[in-house]
Amino acid sequence: MSSSTCPYDAALAERLVALSEGGLPLVANPWAWLAEQLKVSEEQVIALLQAMQQQGALRRVAAVPNHYRLGYLFNGMTVWDVADEHAHALGEQLAQLPNVSHCYLRPRHLPQWPYNLFAMLHAKSRAELDNQRAELAALLGPACQRSDMLVSSRILKKTGLRTRRPATSEGDSHAAS
Amino acid sequence: MDNAARALLNRLQLGLPLVADPWGALASELGQEPEAMRQHVADWLADGTLTRFGPLFDVARMDGAFTLAAMAVPEERFEAVHQQLLTLPEVAHNYRREHALNMWFVLACTDAEQIAPSLKHIEQITGLAVFNFPKLREFHVQLYLPV
Repeated sequence: MSSSTCPYDAALAERLVALSEGGLPLVANPWAWLAEQLKVSEEQVIALLQAMQQQGALRRVAAVPNHYRLGYLFNGMTVWDVADEHAHALGEQLAQLPNVSHCYLRPRHLPQWPYNLFAMLHAKSRAELDNQRAELAALLGPACQRSDMLVSSRILKKTGLRTRRPATSEGDSHAAS
Repeated sequence: MDNAARALLNRLQLGLPLVADPWGALASELGQEPEAMRQHVADWLADGTLTRFGPLFDVARMDGAFTLAAMAVPEERFEAVHQQLLTLPEVAHNYRREHALNMWFVLACTDAEQIAPSLKHIEQITGLAVFNFPKLREFHVQLYLPV
């Protein structure tokens, strides 16, 4: 979706990903550390990060909290059946809400599965989760035919999302796919 | 957690500024010492409050192929099927959810051509239908979990 205003060096980006997959060292100047490892200048590192962010390849350089440790013990996968012609606009609106960690348009499987918009919610209580869901329902209004919320009752397996070129993303919810 | 630590944890979820001297920039924004801020992050990583500190790349734009899939597993077979999926390295996450489709997992493959055969393989070993929910579009989110 983002416009390619400033192309970046893909090979350098690949090395950056490999280098920082385990995280960034907590040094005073992390860009200088990356620059030294990549054998480029600090300015080039900053420019690379900015360009990757602009094009959506880098979300941010940030702290990823453990939901559970912060007290966000409840997660609900809300699913919505909205008209296809409005799905893109409505998905963009849902994604703006602060407790939505992932928001996707996915195919329906009729008749078993009529839902096409998925939004993952995180809350500190079941009541809060229900409130968030109601907030989403109000936002969608009559555009939504029906909805459901699938609450996770057990984590069966949880590993970081890894690729051949190990690029770690926010693999902390199973909807990150 | 005191107010300064709370403010730091909240602010760091939004990301380090991509400018020269990012910790210095954050320090003046929050009125905290850069070194103390980094010590907090180190402590949080050590005690599990944070799972990670670093760049968050969009894997789909970089490499690899992912899909979300679900199955309706009969209750009496749930544990056995769970164990079957545990042996498959391509199953990255697997959650039980309260719905007729009660097992939801993410398949992570190195390339897109491996997704369909992997799903087929799971259908064969479990004898259950697998519903594939590949993302048609990802909406950009700004998750923020204030403490």
